[in-house]
Order: sequence, then structure tokens, then C-alpha cells
Amino acid sequence: MSRALLIFLTSIAFLAILCNSFSPENPTDRRILVLLDDLAIKSSHSLFFKSLQTRGFELDFKLGDDPKIALRRYGQYLYDSLILFSPTIERFGGSIDVSTVLDFVDSGHDLIIAADTSASDLIRAISTECGVDFDEDPAAMVIDHTSYAVSDTEGDRTLIASDDFIQSDVILGNRKIEAPVLFRGIGHSINPANSLVLKILSASPSAYSANPKSKLSNPPSLTGSAISLVSIVQARNNARILISGSLSMFSNRFSRSGVQKAGSSTKHAKSGNEQFLTELSKWVFHERGHLKAANVRHHKVGEADEPAMYRINDDLEYFVEIHEWSGTSWEPYVANDVQVQFYMMSPYVLKTLSTDQKGLYFTAFKVPDVYGVFQFKVEYQRLGYTSLSLSKQIPVRPFRHNEYERFITEAFPYYGASFSMMAGFFIFTVVYLYNK
Amino acid sequence: MEATENGKGSTLRYAFGNVLSFFILLLIGILAFSIRLFSVIKYESVIHEFDPYFNYRVTQYLTKNGIYDFWNWFDDRTWYPLGRVIGGTVYPGLTLTAGTLWWILNSLNIPLSVETVCVFTAPIFSANAAWATYLLTKEVKGTGAGLMAAALLAMVPSYISRSVAGSYDNEAVAIFALISTFYLYIKTLNTGSLFYATLNAIAYFYMVCSWGGYTFIINLIPMHVLLCIVTGRYSSRLYIAYAPLVVLGTLLASLVPVVGFNAVMTSEHFASFLVFIIIHVVALVYYIKGILSPKMFKLAVTLVVSVGLVVCCAVIAVLIALVASSPTKGWSGRSLSLLDPTYASKYIPIIASVSEHQPPTWPSYFMDINVLAFLVPAGIIACFLPLSDASSFVVLYIVTSVYFSGVMVRLMLVLAPAACIMSGIALSEAFDVFTRSIKFQLPGVSGNDAVKTDKNEDSVKERPSKKNKKKEKENVEKASIKSQIEKRLLVLPLEASVIAILLLVLLGAFYVVHCVWAAAEAYSAPSIVLTSYSHDGLHVFDDFREAYAWLRHNTEVDDKVASWWDYGYQTTAMANRTVIVDNNTWNNTHIATVGTAMSSPEKAAWEIFNSLDVKYVLVVFGGLVGYSSDDINKFLWMVRIGGGVFPHIKEPDYLRDGQYRIDSQATPTMLNCLMYKLSYYRFVETDGKGFDRVRQTEIGKKYFKLTHFEEVFTTHHWMVRIYKLKPPKNRIRGKAKKSKSKASSTTTSRRSGTRKKNPWH
Repeated sequence: MSRALLIFLTSIAFLAILCNSFSPENPTDRRILVLLDDLAIKSSHSLFFKSLQTRGFELDFKLGDDPKIALRRYGQYLYDSLILFSPTIERFGGSIDVSTVLDFVDSGHDLIIAADTSASDLIRAISTECGVDFDEDPAAMVIDHTSYAVSDTEGDRTLIASDDFIQSDVILGNRKIEAPVLFRGIGHSINPANSLVLKILSASPSAYSANPKSKLSNPPSLTGSAISLVSIVQARNNARILISGSLSMFSNRFSRSGVQKAGSSTKHAKSGNEQFLTELSKWVFHERGHLKAANVRHHKVGEADEPAMYRINDDLEYFVEIHEWSGTSWEPYVANDVQVQFYMMSPYVLKTLSTDQKGLYFTAFKVPDVYGVFQFKVEYQRLGYTSLSLSKQIPVRPFRHNEYERFITEAFPYYGASFSMMAGFFIFTVVYLYNK
Repeated sequence: MEATENGKGSTLRYAFGNVLSFFILLLIGILAFSIRLFSVIKYESVIHEFDPYFNYRVTQYLTKNGIYDFWNWFDDRTWYPLGRVIGGTVYPGLTLTAGTLWWILNSLNIPLSVETVCVFTAPIFSANAAWATYLLTKEVKGTGAGLMAAALLAMVPSYISRSVAGSYDNEAVAIFALISTFYLYIKTLNTGSLFYATLNAIAYFYMVCSWGGYTFIINLIPMHVLLCIVTGRYSSRLYIAYAPLVVLGTLLASLVPVVGFNAVMTSEHFASFLVFIIIHVVALVYYIKGILSPKMFKLAVTLVVSVGLVVCCAVIAVLIALVASSPTKGWSGRSLSLLDPTYASKYIPIIASVSEHQPPTWPSYFMDINVLAFLVPAGIIACFLPLSDASSFVVLYIVTSVYFSGVMVRLMLVLAPAACIMSGIALSEAFDVFTRSIKFQLPGVSGNDAVKTDKNEDSVKERPSKKNKKKEKENVEKASIKSQIEKRLLVLPLEASVIAILLLVLLGAFYVVHCVWAAAEAYSAPSIVLTSYSHDGLHVFDDFREAYAWLRHNTEVDDKVASWWDYGYQTTAMANRTVIVDNNTWNNTHIATVGTAMSSPEKAAWEIFNSLDVKYVLVVFGGLVGYSSDDINKFLWMVRIGGGVFPHIKEPDYLRDGQYRIDSQATPTMLNCLMYKLSYYRFVETDGKGFDRVRQTEIGKKYFKLTHFEEVFTTHHWMVRIYKLKPPKNRIRGKAKKSKSKASSTTTSRRSGTRKKNPWH
């Protein structure tokens, strides 16, 4: 019996080690499934994979049509994220299809999709579900006659050198990406009304999307900087998705090659691809920009315990700790734009929280002169960061019957009137009764 | 007079009569209590309907937390997110009564649950009400009429409908308080005793605590006082009966938090103050008349009249200015709809939507007061022979209450005691006349029949003698002499009398049969458990409790449940979940918001509910079992109330050629509104046709999907359906919808066809 218990306990301990994966407490992904069109990509794109492996990720390479692949077993996900480097695959092997991939994302896991010219319906379907529309023409590529990469070997205008990055330190790191990024592949568009998708790398205004081999008969459907080359999606559950129109962007060849933008005299010895992709993968795999709020507390000024209910016009203090995940540990998040609302159908109080630079945010305010069921709401949505949405319900009651002032100065004439009347009545009674 | 005639023997008879009437009263009390127990015997000991659940919940809070916490209770589980200050918005009389009962029983080591006490509060108080009726009628027309009226009231169906065991509502104690107040007023009027005047004020206070209907008292009594003054019946007794009531009563009434300053601010109370002024003027006039010579008095009258006119004009001007400054002219909506029966349907749909605020139909009179309706006129006539202060009061009472009951079916309850008193008087007078006729014609008979009639007569005859003793100062002397003469004159033929008595007894028997039937069949259903008889036996529909139990066990404590306001009280009490609106319809906008959501298409409704933090939506649907008071039948009220605040909801959009229908002829707005969808979602799966048994038609739109709501629970007979709001989509799809969705679902599309890559096609 005790032996069984021991085995059970040790197995639990092992389980704990095995389960060293994505969790709210430790949000970086650990186990990644990479699905490839053919295994040659493993070596031809080894720089990208190596950068992941050196950062501690376990990569599991599988062919896309491998009949044994599965994302989940017995209700547990086997992987924390998925890289789809299989742009031409029509049908995954095993139990994976569009809906399993989307369920995977909807349960909070991350996804990298690299499409390419002649991307399959499957890849397109997944991308559309995530909010990215690839050019419908299967043979179309992004063509740019002004900002293409001047190259000795590949002289066509489909090799784009773009440096139109999104301006965000949290997504692309603090260090500026020096060289343009080489890109060859299909362009996509995103719906401007879609608040979850972000254009990371856009094409130049002179770009368009068309089949380079055929003559342009009618105007291209996608033109200019509306074309997005690389986009990211942060779903409402904070799952992150990277969608790129080019698989070769990740390749060793593009990463290593030098780049000179057409019309520009500067020639970079090395393209920006490696830095761009490393920084971007850090973001996608939650090594950056992942916020967590903890220890939401509030209490009356001068008290320590959290009350179950406030009274109108109480003075209260509100605290929240916000941390950012650095990839290995939680670091204090420092910003000056975190706000708290005291909310009942509309915000009655809106205050910017002050911070002690160690992750603690706090403020103090007076409860409005309105009773009802309020909420402390923190809605913090910043570009690149996971969205923080905290709400804590707290009722506010009116005064109790004995909390009003017992005597008010304004009423002294009335007090005087009633007492003088009482006295007068008494005197009148005495006089009337005994004065005969 | 008879007392002196008969001497000692008759005092013994009176003593015997008193004992007899005591036992009769005891039996009446037992009758009143036990006739209301059908609901417990036929169903179970549960709280009924809607409002009683709230009262029960409040009582629980009171017994648990004490009176101060109750007074200051801010309830955050209703009217989310506004909350409700229960202590300041509830009439506490009923709750305090039941709480006190429970406390007394518990201190006597009788461990009853709060629920049991609440269930049986109403029957106990209806026994009290019967006794109070006895006292009141006795003051008006003597013991016999009193006993008769008490017996009638003990089983009048109108009152039974509001006071069966489990019907734990304000009216249960309020009718007792109402009758007691009237009794004490009449008693003070008859005796001129300040002691009773004070008691009267306290009874009025209890009435104010119990029910908003107290305004009826504070308008009726001034009317009566005015009537007395106008008809030259002013006396110091009238002054004592009225002035302390206004002063003490108003002071006490303003102590009740829910009334507060309303006791002096609203137009409902103005009549009493006006009459208060008038009675003082009249008292002054009488006083001056007494001390001055007639000539001086005439001079004084002209002086006083001229000064008084000026003062009156000033006061009236101030009053008019005050009243005109308030938008509803100082009247609450409910009072206005009493004065102008069309007011509510024109301006306040929320009041008009309640079925008990509708005008009653003639059958409902017959159902609720039965034969009393025919006896009342006779009672009125009896009250005029002779007309005393007291009998003029009951006449006034019946006249006003007939009017009010004609406006709102709910106020039938106020009519019932008046009708019982009147009928009691009528029956008693009739028996009096007939038995006297028999007695006069058979002077020597001492058989069984005579003994019986004697007894009957006994209790009746007690009246004038007692009256004489008490009211010697009054002009009753004249009346009794007159009645003696009348006695001689009013002798009917023997046969006619016997037959008439038999007929009256038969009438009474019909009444009893009807009352027992009403108590057993019509009014004892608790409405949370429904039963129906069909060819294959008895069916019990316990869907409401099933649904509330599901909510209680399967949702988070802080989850918000939205439903039409009818089910608000039950949800908070039985499921212990926060609701958006409930039966205390104090905030029209909030109710209109829910009404708008129910009448909107799914997405708009989802947004409204989401902004209110609603997690679950509850609808009541009777289409499967034929339960007619379901949400689809109430739906037009939701549209009306919603449209009253949010004009984009228009009632004609839901009507096809002015007809409300849900079949294939229904308007698209109707077929796409949330209420339709939530009610009929998957309904076609039950019988394959979607036949609605309440509307007796096939539904218009049978197959549809819900995008923003998901069904989480439907009760056994589909009477309650609970839906959950879906969270917003995790991802937002791209634009290329049509072809992509086809491609993903069937792997065939225009494009894959052109590419000829798909091996399956």
C-alpha cells in the first residue's frame, strides 16, 4: 500500500517535471510541434530553429502528413505551440485539421504560419479564421519595382527588401532592426476593423500582388502598403499567432545573405531577417509583452482589511501589482498609464494609478455619492502587450440610519421651536388648571 | 328597554348570548383559518407566487440579522447594478409581524422554521380580520350583524385569494389592519374616547406599515368627516375621532421609512389636512356659537367668513403652486390610475401590464364576492334605517370601494370586507324582521323552531339595548322609538316569513358551497407548482423549482440572471442569484432596458445584456404544455415598455396588421427578436412541426441557430429555458468568408476546382 503511494507520489513529481510547460505562472512555451512539407526544411531553416532551441524550446519536427501526429491526447495538449512550415499541404496527417488547429489556438496556444506562393487551401483557411486574408490568386506574389533587393543571383522584383516595421519595442525588441528584411512570397491583407490583427511588416506603397509570370490583365486586388507581408494576431485569450506570407523568409539563405535595397547605396552585410525573426518569435512565444496582474486589494484609508461593502463617500485605496514575464521570471512592469475605473454602467471615477516602480500600482479616491453595485475595473490594452482586464465587484451602500448627523446646525430654529412649544404648552396647562 | 322589562331573567339570557357569540366567534376564527389550508393539504407547505417570495426572503433576513440590519439593508442582489435599499422601500408590517411571531414561538421553544411561520401568517390574520369585522359591524348595527359579517368575511373568496396558506403577501395582514382602523374610528366616533382615538392612530400606523393601500383610509375617513360636517352631524366625538388620527397618524406614518416625507408631501394625503383645517374651523364656529349671543354670533360669522376666505384663498394658492410644481401633480402613478382609469394604459405601460391592475369583469365579481353582490344594496338600505354616523361611514366605504374595485381587480380585496359588512347587516336585518314576524304571530309557541329563532333574535335584539346604554346622549332615543313603531308595522305573513328564512338560509348555503369550492379549487394553487388533469390522470409541472434549483447549483454565486421582471423575486429567493429587474418595478428605465433586449435581434440583445454583466437569460415558455402565462404572451408588454424608453423599438413592427402572431405570418422583426428565438429554439425537435399549444398554431420560424447565446438548461416540460451568453469570439475572422467557409467545411470550392488538386473531385 505504502509502496503504491510512493510510486504514485514519485510519478506525480515526474509529472510535474514533465509538465514544465505553458501555464499562467510560467507563460513561455516549451514544447513546440513543427510541421514541415519535407524534412529538408529542417536543415535549410536551421538558423531559425537553432535560435529557438538555444532559448530552451523543445522542437518536435514532423512531416505535415505524418499519420501519427496529434496535438492532444486524453484531453491534454501535447504541445504548447505549433509552427506550420508546410505551405502546400492539403490535408494534415493524424487527427489534425483546421478545427483542431483553431481549438489549439482557442485554448491559449501559439501558432506560427508560414505560407508561400501557391499556399494550400488548408493554410489559407487557418489564416482566414485568424483574420488574415491571403491574395486569392494562388500564383500571385508580392512584386515591387522600387524597393526590391538588389542581388547578384536573383535579379527579379519579387525579392522584397522591406524595412517598414511596426513601431513597437515590445514586439520587435529595443534594438532597432538595422537591415531590411528579405521577403519573397504571397501578400495578404487584414481587415482594418479587426482590432486583434497587427501588420508587422508592410510592403512599400509601390508594391502590388500579382502573378509575375503572366501579364497583368486587370488591376491587382492588393496594392501598396495595404499589403501586409508579416502580421501578428493576439487572440482575446492572449494566444499569439504569427502569419507570414513567405516561408523562405525564415531560411538560412535569406538570413545570411547581404542585402541592398534598390536605389539605396548602403549595402548591409547581413539581412535583418535573423534579428527580426528572433525578436518576433520571442514575442510570439510569450517571452515578452506578457503581463500579469496580481494581488488586487482595496480597503478604506487607514484600515487594512478588505470590506465586503463600501459606504457612499468612503475614502478608499486601491492596489494592484502588475508584472511582465521576461522569459525566465516575472519582472515589475513599469508604466504611467495604467488606469482604474470605479464603474457602474459607466465609470464614476477614472484614475491613473501611480506606481512605485516595483510593479505595485495604487491610488486613493473617494467613493462617489451614489449607491449601487460598483466594479473596480482595470482595462489595460497596449500594443503588443497581453490585455489585462480585471474587474472586481463591490457594492456601495447608502448611510445607515444612525450614520447621519444627529443634530444639524441649520435645524436649530426648529429644535428651538419644538422645545419652546413644549414649554409653552406646559405653562399654559398649569396656568389654565390652577389659576381659578 | 327590553332589559328593564324582562328583568333578571333577561340578564341571564344576555350572559348566555355573550358566551354563545364568543363561541361562534371562535368557530368563525377556526373556519377562517382552516378554509385557507386547502393549499397546504392539496399541494405542500410552500410560499406562493411572486411577491411572497420576496417577503419570505426579507423575513429570513430579518430573523437572521435583526431589525436594525433589516432597516438598513442594502440588497446588492437585485436591480443589478443599481441595487435596492430594501429597508427604505418596503412596507415592513408583514415582515415584522411574521418575524415577531417566529421570535415569540422560538422563545417559547417551539422551533418552527421561518417558512412555516410565513406560510401560516395569512390564515392567522384572516381569523383576526374576521374578528375585527365582527367588532366593526357590531359598532354599526349590533352583535347579530357583526356575527353574520364575520362569518361572511371568514370565507369570502376575494379575501381567500390573497390569504391562503402560503400567500405571504402584504394584503394578508393589511386587510386586518384596515378593518381594525375602521373599527377603532367608529368606536371613537361612538364613544368619544381619547383612548380609542389613540388606539386608532396606532392601528393606522400598523396599516401604513403593512400596505400602500393605507391611502384609502386617509382619504376615506376625511371624506366621512366632511360628510358628517356637511350633514350637520358635527360633534365633539367627531373631532376626537378625527383630529388625533391626523396628528398622531401622520407623525407615525412618517416614521415608516418607505412613506417618510410622503406623509405630508404627496397629494394622496392632502385631503386629510384640508379636512383637518375645516374641522377646526367648524369646531371654532360651534365654540363661538356657544359663548356668543345670536346677534353677536352673526357679526362674528361675517367677520370670520371674510377673514377665513382670505386665508383659504392664500392656502389654496400655495397648495396649487406646490402641486403644480410636481410633474405628476403630486400623485403617484398608481393613485392617478385609480382616479383616471385610462391613465395607466396611456402613460405607464408598466402599471397597465400587471394583470391585477386591469379592471375586473362581471364574472370576477361573481367569483369573488358571489351572493354578497346581491345583498349589498339591501345592506345599504338597512344602513339608512336609521342613519347614524357609523352606518353612514360603512355606506361611504362600500360606495368608494365599489368604484375602486371597478378600476383595478386587485382592489376587489378592499371591496370584500365592505361587501361582507353590508351583507351581514342585510342578512341580520332580514332575519330580524322575519323572526320577529314569526314571533309576533305565534306568541305562545315554545317549540324547537321558536327557540331557534329566539336565539337568533336574541343576538340581534341585544343591539338596541346596548346602544341605548352607551349612546344615551345621542338621538338614538328617537330612532329606537321609531323602530318600535316600525316593529309593529313591519309584520309579515307567517308563511312568507318562514319561506323567506328558508330561502335566505339556502342562499347562505350556496355562498358557503361556492366559498369552499373557491378555496379548494380556484385559489389554492401555489402557481410555482402547476397541476393539470387530463385523460391519463394528474400531471404536476414543477418546472420553476427545477430551473431555480439548476441555477442555484450550477452557476457562480455572483452570476447575473436576466429575465422578465415577473421572475425576479423568485430568482433571488429560490436560486439566490443576482437579477437585473424584479417585481418591485421601481425603475422603469431598467425594465425597459431588459424589455428592449428581449425585443431586439440577437446581437443587439447580447450587447445590452453584456453591458449589464448578465451571464444567463431565463425565459418562461408554455408552448409545449400549454401554460398560457408565458413570456411570449407577455412579450407585447416588453415591447411597449421597452419602446416607451427606447423609441427604436416600435410596437407595429411586431404586429402583422395589428395582430400579434408567431406563425408564418409573423413579421420578420418578431421572428428575429430574442424572445422568439429563446422561446422556440429547438422547439421543432419536440414534435417535428413546432406546434405551439398556447397560441394554437405552428410557429413561423422553425429551424434557426443561436450565435450569441447557448442553451444550457431546459426544464422537463420546457417551461423554463435558461441560456448562457457566449463569450466574445476569441478570434475575428478575415473577410474572405463565403469561399473560405465552404472550403473548410466541405473541402470543395470554386478555387480548389480550378486548381484540380483535390483528389476527391
